[in-house]
Formats: sequence, C-alpha cells, structure tokens
Amino acid sequence: MNSPFRPRKRPDPAILEDHRPLLRLLERRGLIRGGLSLGALTMLTGCDVTRPRSVEDALLAMSRLNDSVQAWLFDPNKLAPTYPASMVLKPPKFNAYYDVTDVKPVNGADWRLELSGLITDKRPWTLPQINALPQRTEIIKHICVEGWDYIGEWTGVPLRTFLERVGADLQAKYVAFKTADDYPSSIDMATALHPQTLLATRYADDTLADPFGYPLRLRMSTKLGYKNPKWITAIEVTNTYPGGYWEKLGFPWFAGI
Amino acid sequence: MHWTNAVAMLVMITSGWGIYDDDVIIRGLHFSKDLRLGDWAAWSLNWHFAGMWLLAINGLCYLTYGVLTGRLRERLLPIRFHDVIQTVLDTLRFKIEHNDLTTYNAVQKILYIVVILAGMSQVVTGLAIWKPVQFSGLVSLLGGFQWARYIHFAGMAVIVGFLVVHVMLSLLVPQTLWAMLTGGPRVGPSGHGAPEGMR
Repeated sequence: MNSPFRPRKRPDPAILEDHRPLLRLLERRGLIRGGLSLGALTMLTGCDVTRPRSVEDALLAMSRLNDSVQAWLFDPNKLAPTYPASMVLKPPKFNAYYDVTDVKPVNGADWRLELSGLITDKRPWTLPQINALPQRTEIIKHICVEGWDYIGEWTGVPLRTFLERVGADLQAKYVAFKTADDYPSSIDMATALHPQTLLATRYADDTLADPFGYPLRLRMSTKLGYKNPKWITAIEVTNTYPGGYWEKLGFPWFAGI
Repeated sequence: MHWTNAVAMLVMITSGWGIYDDDVIIRGLHFSKDLRLGDWAAWSLNWHFAGMWLLAINGLCYLTYGVLTGRLRERLLPIRFHDVIQTVLDTLRFKIEHNDLTTYNAVQKILYIVVILAGMSQVVTGLAIWKPVQFSGLVSLLGGFQWARYIHFAGMAVIVGFLVVHVMLSLLVPQTLWAMLTGGPRVGPSGHGAPEGMR
C-alpha cells in the first residue's frame, strides 16, 4: 500500500520494544482525565452565557463588514420614492430613547449651531441665518429599524448646500452631530451629500414642533429613523469615526436603506 | 451543505423572532425570550445580518450544484398527480415504504420544492426590507415596504412549518439521520437503494 502519508522506509521494530513500558502507561483513564481538563478549559472563555464577549466581538466585526458592503451598495444619485402631500402623517410619529413627556424644548432665539472639525468658516449660525439659505421640500418615507413606517413632508436647507457654504472638506469621511437631548450621531459623507439629505426646520409646511426636533434636525431618505438626530446643536466634519448613541449599544452604524 | 443550512436557518429564524418582537405584525403574537437569538433587538439584528451571508452563500452553492449536476431535477421531478394521491392514501394507511432512501415520494418532492422556493423568497423579501430605497423597484413589485415584511413573515412560517414536519419524520425513520451523518445511504449496483441483503 503506497500512500503519501506513509513513510517509505518502515521504522525499526526495536524502537517499539524500547518504548513498551511507556506505552503501557497510556490508559483509558488518562483519556478521561485529559478530557475533563479540556472541558474545564472551555469554562475559562466567558461567564456571560447570553452574550459571550467573543461572540459579541465577532458580531460587531461582521457589522463593520456589513457597513462597508452597505456603503458600496449606496447609490449617491438614486432618489428615494416620494409621495403626494395627501399621504403625509400629521403630526409625525414621535420616537426617542425616552418618552414624549420628557422632551425638553429648545429656545429658538438663544439657539446657535456650532461648527467644528474640517470646516473653513466655523462661525456659529442663528436660526434666521439658516432659514435664509436655499430650501428644499421632500415628501419621503420614514422607516424605523423596528419595522414601522410613515410618510412625512420635510423642508430645510440641503446638508450639501450648507456644507459647501461653510467650506467643509467634502472629501472627509464623516459628518457628526451633537444634540440638545444628548443623542450623538454620525453619517458618511456620501449620504451627507445626497440631494434628499436635509437640515429640516419645517414639517408639513409648518415650523417644526418641539417633540420632533425644533429648531433643527436631520432628515435623510436613505437611512433608518434612528440615524436622524433631532435638536441639533453642533456639526463636526471629521476623519475619525464618531459613532453614535445606538451604535455604542450595538446597532449597525451605516444603517442605509 | 445541509447542516450548514440547518445552522444558518436556525440563526435566521430565531434572530428574526427577536427583531419581530419590536413591532409585531400579528397583534398579540410574541416570541418567548427563550426562543430568541440575541438578548435584545440590536443583537438579534447583528445575528440576522451575519447569518444572512451564511444562508445566502450556502443556498447559492446548493442551487448551483443541484442545477449543474442535474441532481435537483432528478430528485424532485417529475411530480405526477396520481403519485401524490397514492402517497397521501398510503400515508393514511401507514403503508409508507422507506426502503429506498435515495428516491423521494411525491409529497416529499412537493415539500422540498416549496421549502426551496420559500428560502429563495426569504432572500428576495429580505433584500427589499434591508434596502427599500436602493431596491425600491423590488419593494413596489412586492406591493410596498409593509407587504415585503408580511411576505417575509409568511415565508418564515412556511419554513418553520416544514421544519417541524421534516424533523419529526426524520426522527420517525432514524436510518435517514444515519445516512445524513455518514454521507448518504448505501447505494446498490443499480445506483438506487441498498443492495439486496442490506435491507
């Protein structure tokens, strides 16, 4: 019998004689003892049975890989479907990580939009200044990661127009947001420059109401609901991954639709 | 491929139940926490978005292999109406033969075709739910975003229904399990079934 796994020259049978006492010691109980120690070793890997660290890390690595697949799938010129004004839900649906009764309204007169990061003109903006910028209205679907959706009519300056106006580095990777309700968020530059991405100040032809982000919020047609921060107080353009509120708890960052 | 698919299916079904529970489709229908993969929606989602690759790639390999080798056609076709009636009658009389594990009866053929179609439908409706803007054409073909969710849910129900029957029957005929684990039943000279004397 020729086999690549078998030595051509058989070893000297005398070797076996030399090691016979040692071989005698190989007993079944040795196997059982060894098996037990091996079993005990597996207990060292983690104590949290519901979500072991290693599983969590593997899932997060997969999620980051999915983020890049999603960025590749994202077509910067593809517009989301729009709808007639008759289908708009009034008022829009409220959803946050807290109840609607816990909303802390923002005073529009005192409010300023701070800018930081890779932006040439970092002077803060007031509400009348933002309202004077070119406006765009989109009647688009809001899709929540939970599964529900509604159609809303949003008006405001396109984020692209705003970023161009303040001299932001449009080659940077991320646009990050800070909000009055402590809900940090960030998006990729490609989505920030999408024509339907708005810094919304109005809903259904009316000033944005308090629970929905007055005076300024983000509205994108190409991302899930939780990626749209409300009550925005600061915008940063950066190349360092900024993360976000839900992302820190495990949700996917790109969340494109 | 069968066992890879079994793992992927279980991951997708149980993590899907975790995602479902945040916004139920059938009022009052919740899945118990013990049955869900992921201790809350974020991790169920991450499981679902990781498992989808295993399911889709394995499924694609299975279908390509089945079509190229002609195995799918050989095993699952033809289905004759008369055979279906006969199998149903035999089943009711407890006279089903299991001697030849390499050929499927008519009802088995129908069930396997249904579950393969359901699996493919899950991938398509899943894509529509995952990327309703990038694949907006697909979503309108399915009748809208919520309809894509309903069909995705119905597909899950079909697959779970199949699974219950499939696992129960394989336990009733244990030699099928042995064949699945050891790489198939013994094949006789004709290419079908066990040779005489082995039965």
